[in-house]
Amino acid sequence: MAVTVRIPTILRTYTGGSAEVSAQGATLAEVIEDLESNHPGLRARLLDDAGKLRRFVNVYVDDDDVRFADGLATATGEGAKLSIIPAVAGGC
Amino acid sequence: MTTAQLADSAVSFGPAVALSCRECGARIPLGPHYVCVECFGPLEIAYDFHQPGRPAVTRELIESGPASIWRYAPLLPVPADVAAKPNLNPGWTRLVHARNLGRELGLRKLHIKDDTGNPTHSFKDRVVAIALEAARTFGFTTLSCSSTGNLAGAVCAAAARAGLRACVFIPAGLEQAKIVMAAVYGGELIAIDGTYDEVNRFCSELIGDEAGEGWGFVNVNLRPYYAEGSKTLAYEIAEQLGWKLPEQIVIPIASGSQLTKIDKGFKELIALGLVEDRPYKVFGAQANGCSPVSAAFKAGHDVVQPVRPDTIAKSLAIGNPADGPYVLDIARRTGGAVEDVTDAEVVDAIRLLARTEGVFAETAGGVTVGVLRKLVETGKLDPDAETVVINSGDGLKTLDAVADAGVTATIKPSLAAFHAARG
Repeated sequence: MAVTVRIPTILRTYTGGSAEVSAQGATLAEVIEDLESNHPGLRARLLDDAGKLRRFVNVYVDDDDVRFADGLATATGEGAKLSIIPAVAGGC
Repeated sequence: MTTAQLADSAVSFGPAVALSCRECGARIPLGPHYVCVECFGPLEIAYDFHQPGRPAVTRELIESGPASIWRYAPLLPVPADVAAKPNLNPGWTRLVHARNLGRELGLRKLHIKDDTGNPTHSFKDRVVAIALEAARTFGFTTLSCSSTGNLAGAVCAAAARAGLRACVFIPAGLEQAKIVMAAVYGGELIAIDGTYDEVNRFCSELIGDEAGEGWGFVNVNLRPYYAEGSKTLAYEIAEQLGWKLPEQIVIPIASGSQLTKIDKGFKELIALGLVEDRPYKVFGAQANGCSPVSAAFKAGHDVVQPVRPDTIAKSLAIGNPADGPYVLDIARRTGGAVEDVTDAEVVDAIRLLARTEGVFAETAGGVTVGVLRKLVETGKLDPDAETVVINSGDGLKTLDAVADAGVTATIKPSLAAFHAARG
């Protein structure tokens, strides 16, 4: 499945400055592996040593927070739009 | 940044010396950054309060300062002359000794930190004032934020006073009073068809876009500075109690930032020798319809599962609270707790506070007072301990919550009619 991934500013050093990149994968986990093969270093920024999503990383697949879906096993359909966003914002 | 800019920053940020990651401890120079490049963790301000050439921070130095948060400028990431700059000079709000409410609840020494007295009637003026100084230093020309309402008003007012542009983002469907209170200052107010968490996400994406260049988002790219403003609640409470810490404090939780910074403020006061080092318990308050931190606390988890909010306490309706894990750490470390109340209990608590103390709280204040009551009833609060509860905003902003309050009777202007009406 071909998907597009929106890259936050702090990770654009891994994508040559690109704000959006293409990737392949039927699940979020597969997409992250594909990102790693084309942009080495990205995986370690997104996943912790145990291979889980870091607790301050939010990932959205077509506007849905993967924590409400199946986490790394969340399906990524053809043409899906993914966003990676730091979870560090908000009110009081 | 250039060396010259960094040198300027050293002056502009007072005792602040770096940004440090709360997760992995990595340090970077002060700048408009909010996320650790190593681990995505949140950055916060690191200080050196004992730099050569800086006066020692004493009670006398603070007491001789202005009646605003700027009396604590030596403890904040702001320049020494901050009080002279065009800002809203928030803070130094009253600490009400709540004898009537305490008697009704069975608490012997209860105080309300009433932040309705700030310039835009919520505690948000404190945090925005710090972010505004950072925005000036970094040369931002537009002040922005994602907001559940109170922050939008505080940002637009501060920008107006400072001569900056404002463009703020809120979820559609907020209380009318909060919309008017933000729009009246003349900035752009954009309502987004979605929840607060979606507004937040939108702003995070806008920061990486050309359209957001030159913008200071107070609670995103200026968040490390902004968040420090909540420390002033801790400083004021301690000073107003006669330079001592409360033994118990109940604090509202939206993202959890206010609670974590009040704890940081207490710890700083202890470290600086300004108060006696004695134990204090920190309690967090959420509305049942948006209680991811309370749920995690009760389940014994150290991570917070996001929820979709559904509560009248819209200023606390953050389903994915950024500082949730730290709130859990603090509540457990201090022997406190995180509790939640239903919307009906929120409304009851607003009425209770108004009836007993003459303080009209917005729904967030109803949440904290409601949780205060619940914590007493369940034996989690010591009735003899010195207790403080935070009221973070003004009831005039959420009139709908108590809309059935109205006239007792409508009568003709005659004594007979008055007597008849009162039975």
